[in-house]
Amino acid sequence: MTMIQAILIAAGVVAGIGLLIGLILSIASIVMAVPKDERAEAVLEVLPGANCGACGYSGCSGYAEALSKGEAQVGLCTVGGEACAKDIAAVLGVEAKAMERQTAVVRCKGSLENTSYKAEYMGLESCLSASKIGGGLTACSYGCIGLGDCERVCPYDAIHVCDGVAVVNSDNCKACAICVKTCPRAIISLMPVKDAAVNLCSNKDKGGVTRKLCKVGCIGCKICEKNCPSKAIRVENNVALVNTAECIGCRECVGVCPQKCISFFDTSLLAEN
Amino acid sequence: MLIKTLVAVFLAAILTENYVLSKFLGICPFLGVSKKLDSALGMSVAVTVVMVLATAVTYPIYMYLLVPFGMDYLQTILFILVIAGLVQLVEIILKKYIPALYKSLGIYLPLITTNCAVLGVTMLVLQKVQSTTAYDYTYIHALINAFGAGIGFLVAMVMFAGVRGRLENADIPKSLKGLPITLVAAALVSLSFLGFAGFVDKLIPLG
Repeated sequence: MTMIQAILIAAGVVAGIGLLIGLILSIASIVMAVPKDERAEAVLEVLPGANCGACGYSGCSGYAEALSKGEAQVGLCTVGGEACAKDIAAVLGVEAKAMERQTAVVRCKGSLENTSYKAEYMGLESCLSASKIGGGLTACSYGCIGLGDCERVCPYDAIHVCDGVAVVNSDNCKACAICVKTCPRAIISLMPVKDAAVNLCSNKDKGGVTRKLCKVGCIGCKICEKNCPSKAIRVENNVALVNTAECIGCRECVGVCPQKCISFFDTSLLAEN
Repeated sequence: MLIKTLVAVFLAAILTENYVLSKFLGICPFLGVSKKLDSALGMSVAVTVVMVLATAVTYPIYMYLLVPFGMDYLQTILFILVIAGLVQLVEIILKKYIPALYKSLGIYLPLITTNCAVLGVTMLVLQKVQSTTAYDYTYIHALINAFGAGIGFLVAMVMFAGVRGRLENADIPKSLKGLPITLVAAALVSLSFLGFAGFVDKLIPLG
């Protein structure tokens, strides 16, 4: 009898303290309830949840909060793209603007075949650290170092170093621009996904210098500029720049470029087409 | 005399009886959250607060409820219950009154519920009350011990965050990369704390 009594008392004490704590907690949660931002929660539901920070806010919840307060634009989420912008607009009751899909491009074609290394590098496997030593490891001081800093930061497995130069797989790229910020040479940039010419060289050296460094370097010869029917190409600082918005996709420049550094972004090569 | 014993208890909790490096409690957050210095700091501060609060509540429960009624065998289950409830309460209060701190502690606060270092501090201190014969081990000693344990946790975390920072730039054999080398490093740091053994007794002779 006493043993049963002891068990009962022990169970009673534990249950009693448990109940007491539960009571205190439930009272506290009612008394100290924090009003929740329901709109922000609803927006968070439709966001992709990648927390990549492409929108410029600290993850999806930060963006959702800014949206519900009206501090942020609707179409900043490049990951969700247009569908996501529409969903957000529907939740917030505002109009969505048309959003252009973008992709990252590495503006360098300096593969092992086309260019060379200045010296043998045995340090850390990081472009950032290699770029700090003697102006960088590649012969071209504007080219891709190829140690894969961008590959490591990409959350979508969309950029890979292949033959000493990083290449973006536009099928996977969500244009979060993390690689753009990471590249110590700043040769990765975003461009709209459309049929357009793109100069895959960032070298600002004079033509003669560039030619010695790389087989496919832009020498700033302006042949593309002269031949472009829509005046979409401009040579500045010895490197051609294509204005994608004005490019009509005629491929004229691709044909005339003596260095073959101007390439064509062909949307029909994307997986979905 | 009281001050002297308090200082001794405080130093002992940090150096000779460091809960992570000497008693091997709370290894999970020690390995999990020590990658970055600021998250290591956030976790340690949260752990310190909860350790002190948990001791403040569990000590009287044990002394005035469990011992007089001969139910001290219930301490483990009751302490878990009390600590879990306490963490929840702290979370609710922080969320309401100090949202900035709540945000910076983030996920670490609920994680502490299952941190065995907290349970260890509250339970081991009761053994000390019985085994310390040189002076009276009072409620204040228990609180200072909990605070020291938290600071010791912080010291271990911050030190180890530094060690891991060095590890990141080290050329480690492939088979040891990641967790293995982290455990080796943790063992070495723990070994270095062994050097403090007897340190406090010599520094502040008691009784």
